[in-house]
Amino acid sequence: MNIGDVAPTFSLPDTDGTEHGPDGVTVVVFTCNHCPYALGWHERLLQVARDYPQVTFLAINPNDAERYPTDSYQAMKERVEADGGWPHPYLRDESQEVASAYGAKTTPDVFILDADLRLRYRGAPDADHRDAEQGAVWLREALDAVLSGDEPKRAETEPVGCSIKWT
Amino acid sequence: MKVELLWWEGCPSYPETLADLQGVLAEEGVDAEVELVEVESDEQARRQRFPGSPTVRLDGVDAIPPQDVEPFSLTCRVYRLRDGRISATPDPEDLREAVRRIK
Repeated sequence: MNIGDVAPTFSLPDTDGTEHGPDGVTVVVFTCNHCPYALGWHERLLQVARDYPQVTFLAINPNDAERYPTDSYQAMKERVEADGGWPHPYLRDESQEVASAYGAKTTPDVFILDADLRLRYRGAPDADHRDAEQGAVWLREALDAVLSGDEPKRAETEPVGCSIKWT
Repeated sequence: MKVELLWWEGCPSYPETLADLQGVLAEEGVDAEVELVEVESDEQARRQRFPGSPTVRLDGVDAIPPQDVEPFSLTCRVYRLRDGRISATPDPEDLREAVRRIK
């Protein structure tokens, strides 16, 4: 999927079983439970969801849970519960069809869709999973541009993380 | 000293760990080649007791033994830096400490 392409819509269950999909300006983050990059960026991404309540924020775990049990639907539920809830849904892509349709490569891999489902940003949240000070600045800059009706100055960065565990 | 860096292509962190390790070895005056060992399958991971990428072994012993009992599989290791931050690479000071224990 290239910048400007219309992204596929989808409906996936969150950890309570409620289905979610893109709605208005949407951030889609493919992520998981066990990857150090996903874990390193996790708090920054939660904060983005809190700071942009007008944006639909969807985290999706597509990893093969048979080979990686820590990414099972049950493990996802336990993680969210242990955290006392997240500010955004955590969705399970059991068939991996959504990750495949988006061309997701890594956890994390961030996509911003505008209200017409057009892809406006794709890549990493910021330059370093270890540096909380970066604050997911690439994602925030791109979101600010999309919400203002502008083109993100940095529409694509290289997604950095663990490879998605395909079945 | 036998120095091995076990890695899996699904994690992009091993080049940084290799650079950190080579830096530590040079600073500690250890004249050892780092042997790169690519782990390519779950079967190989189990056979080599590979807890994830990257893994540094000094004389066959994990330089930074995993905190948790992890399954041996093609995965990325979660490290903690000395200040508590999560990292895909070990803290260079932990590597240094491990090298000093062996040399």
